[in-house]
Amino acid sequence: MQTVKVVVTGPFSSGKTEFISSISEIDVVSTERKITDDSREVKAETTVAMDFGRITVDEELVLYLFGTPGQKRFDFMWEILSEGMLGFVVLADAARPETFREARMIIDRFRRYSPSPYVIAANKQDHGDAWPPEDLRIALKIAPHVKVLPCVATDRESVKNVLLELLYSILDTIQGE
Amino acid sequence: MALRGNLRDFTITQLFNLINLARKTGVLTIDRKRKQAKIYFKEGKLVCALVDGHDMGLANMLHRAGKISEEESRIIQSRAETHTEKELGLLLINAGYVTQSDIVESVRSHTLDVVYLTFNWTDGSFLFEPNKLPADGAITVPINLENIIMEGSRRVKEHEMLRDELPDLDVALRFTERPHAKLRDINLSVEEWRVISFINPRNSIKRVAQANSMNDFRIRKIVYGLLSAGLVQLVLPEGAKRVPTLPEGVSAPPPVKRGLIMRLIDRVKRI
Repeated sequence: MQTVKVVVTGPFSSGKTEFISSISEIDVVSTERKITDDSREVKAETTVAMDFGRITVDEELVLYLFGTPGQKRFDFMWEILSEGMLGFVVLADAARPETFREARMIIDRFRRYSPSPYVIAANKQDHGDAWPPEDLRIALKIAPHVKVLPCVATDRESVKNVLLELLYSILDTIQGE
Repeated sequence: MALRGNLRDFTITQLFNLINLARKTGVLTIDRKRKQAKIYFKEGKLVCALVDGHDMGLANMLHRAGKISEEESRIIQSRAETHTEKELGLLLINAGYVTQSDIVESVRSHTLDVVYLTFNWTDGSFLFEPNKLPADGAITVPINLENIIMEGSRRVKEHEMLRDELPDLDVALRFTERPHAKLRDINLSVEEWRVISFINPRNSIKRVAQANSMNDFRIRKIVYGLLSAGLVQLVLPEGAKRVPTLPEGVSAPPPVKRGLIMRLIDRVKRI
């Protein structure tokens, strides 16, 4: 069986857990990863919770969704999670502009880890204070070719749309090569 | 949809840039301690600005700009209480006190003074309400935001903030393709023009700095201003790999076939 991975990232409390929950066929599992040093000897066990969801395509193909840990102290996990990913979704809490700087930082970090395609989900569009995607694009200085999509992470159709747009972006990359 | 936040997280120059690029119409209200500023925009241009403690009628604006004397200003104010600013302006023009361009220049100068005052505000809540314009009788003078943003950027002092915005000087710049930008109308300093003349996707920012004998801080400040005004954008230098070099230990994305992605798309659609 082949497994592929999409990473869902974003600032703390931007809606990553809800996003994965809305679309995963399994209850979102908060996995505990034990952190070891380079020699793979467990010297001091540190555990971190991550969100993990799954979409089974068929008997031969499964898509896993990994949500990055929200707390800043676990940001060292981002590089590990980005290994081998098809692409990533950056969830921005569009109703909290105080988190925009952090969202920008996360985008820059992930772009350094991997050239994989990504989309920005302007989450919490059901909030009255949410900035619209086109304003969020300007605020986060997102390049024109990167999609900035409206999102309500608790709404399955909305989450589906974001994931589909990421897959279309990945498809464009393949067809462009 | 109203935009709201705090200046701690989103500076005034960033707000102006957003309003400029999105060509917004509405009022930006900023509340700071015991002061409030209201800045009006129409289709991305500044048209009016008011701030507590700096509001003055047309007569005072004209006096401050040196168009009328203090005594004339007092007389006009005492006699014109029931008139709107527009009505007062017409009366003054017809009476030969001032010309139309005197009024435009004075209002413009006052508006800019008020706006530049707010650039020092680094804390305070803001709220942008779309489609709200000044009262009908107010005199409005449309002012392009690019120059204001450049000036606001010049007033930005924090070295750390510049490093945050532009951590990598190995990227290059190119001019943006914005149909509404009029480069002719933009006022730049000599140094800024020198940087503009070197803008080319082949030249990294570092190279531009070296050619102009500028240190990292100076080139960051100038480039930040040009970026904020939407005149330029960052690009990878020509000749650089399209795909950034992957750090050691980070694996490349798996080779993916079109068929696999199509299967994923079909499956997600059926959810």
